[in-house]
Amino acid sequence: MSWIAGVGMTAYGKLPGRNTLDLMSEAATAALQDAQLERRDIDGLICGYSTVFAHLMLSTAFLEHYGLQPTYAHGIQVGGATGFAMVMLAHYLVKAGAARNVLVVAGENRLTGQSRDDAVKTLAQVGHPVYEVPLGATIPAYYALVASRYMHEHAVSETDLAELAVLMRRHATAHPGAQFREPISVQDVMASKSIAAPLKLLDCCPVSDGGAAFVVTRDPTSAFRVRIIGTGQAHTHQHISAAASLTEFGAKASVERARRAAKIELSDARYAAIYDSFTITLTILLEEIGLAPRGRAGELAREGHFNRDGVLPLNTHGGLLSYGHCGCGGAMAHLVETHHQMTGRAGERQVRDASLALLHGDGGVLSSHVSLVLETK
Amino acid sequence: MSITADWTSGTHALVFQRCPSCRSTWYFRRTFCPHCGTSPVRDEQASGKGIVHAATLVARAPTEELRAHTPYLIVLVDADEGFRLMAHADASLGLGERVRCSFKTLAGRLIPYFERDAA
Repeated sequence: MSWIAGVGMTAYGKLPGRNTLDLMSEAATAALQDAQLERRDIDGLICGYSTVFAHLMLSTAFLEHYGLQPTYAHGIQVGGATGFAMVMLAHYLVKAGAARNVLVVAGENRLTGQSRDDAVKTLAQVGHPVYEVPLGATIPAYYALVASRYMHEHAVSETDLAELAVLMRRHATAHPGAQFREPISVQDVMASKSIAAPLKLLDCCPVSDGGAAFVVTRDPTSAFRVRIIGTGQAHTHQHISAAASLTEFGAKASVERARRAAKIELSDARYAAIYDSFTITLTILLEEIGLAPRGRAGELAREGHFNRDGVLPLNTHGGLLSYGHCGCGGAMAHLVETHHQMTGRAGERQVRDASLALLHGDGGVLSSHVSLVLETK
Repeated sequence: MSITADWTSGTHALVFQRCPSCRSTWYFRRTFCPHCGTSPVRDEQASGKGIVHAATLVARAPTEELRAHTPYLIVLVDADEGFRLMAHADASLGLGERVRCSFKTLAGRLIPYFERDAA
């Protein structure tokens, strides 16, 4: 058993003057305070990576900077799935008795630390260096290829996708830390400039600065009683050219593993936090996991199914699409918001019941999948 | 084992690999079969014929050099030999269309380019 004793994060967006270590430190301090722990209590440290601070040993660079001397520390990387993968590892470390209080932290000044072109170029490197990158492919292009096939097979329209961007923005309007808080309409999404058809600017998450952290512990250290009761992963490919299918990925298998470990049914979930790098990502993940019937995620969003007061509240902070995406920290904001919801601290965004939450993240081009099930006691 | 030249080294050719044991085919070059582990494996020249499986018209290029070529259509093509590859293609092409491979230069590099197969 393990607990998420505390969480912390910065606002996401343009945060000039703060580097990777600054943002990690800020998030770590917030998480430690939340968990009512001191630096000396931390005996485990797990970091992600930062594309603008490509250090070989980010965990030790951070622990020296921040002032930690853990008995266990290293970094891991599985793209956008890194945040949840770190939590899964912390959960196992605590269960195995290898550490008692594990700090999980990520941060990156991805927006102000480099030019827009450099960000696009760096991220495109998840593609194959010989067979894909020389073609001028980008992350949006890889996902747009998936979108073209998925929409073709499941009769999903561009306005269906747009509904999810509108939903995420509606949720972000109620979070002061979100990068984008101006409401948008389906028409706004449809009229935004094309990036890689069928994906338009507002179908894509932004590049952001930000940081997030959690403390995963063996025993409760704060008043918060959020337990990790199930975890799962699935990894099927790296490059989209080598994916076995453009309509079936590892999401279902990953969630099934987490669900079985937690001994719950999918329908038991009261809150969902699902990776949303693009509107097509969120569509596919919701539908493959089984939180929406095939081809109907957009329709359910339009009907209010995923609203704060809906059947299954989803990404109530605004997700990557509107809260922002700072790399490893991107999906970690999903968990911070989930924790706030589960502990009744979400203010005007508070949902009625978030006692059982399902979280799912993906990295690469729907390549790496990590799922978590959290419960309040 | 000699390496068969293809477009990635500037030669007008599309090459894939086949396992002599389990007969599976794939595109990214390696020295063993990713399905059954057999080594060595065979390089084969592709016919260049296939079907468009996915397509995106890219408007936002990753570099200044490529910006001059936007918009360009990137496709995933299911080759008749059973492997899938990424390439550029005629912007009028859609999913399910039969195509054949030629080559063009993009920002100084040779790349595969698919056009509608008239046959």
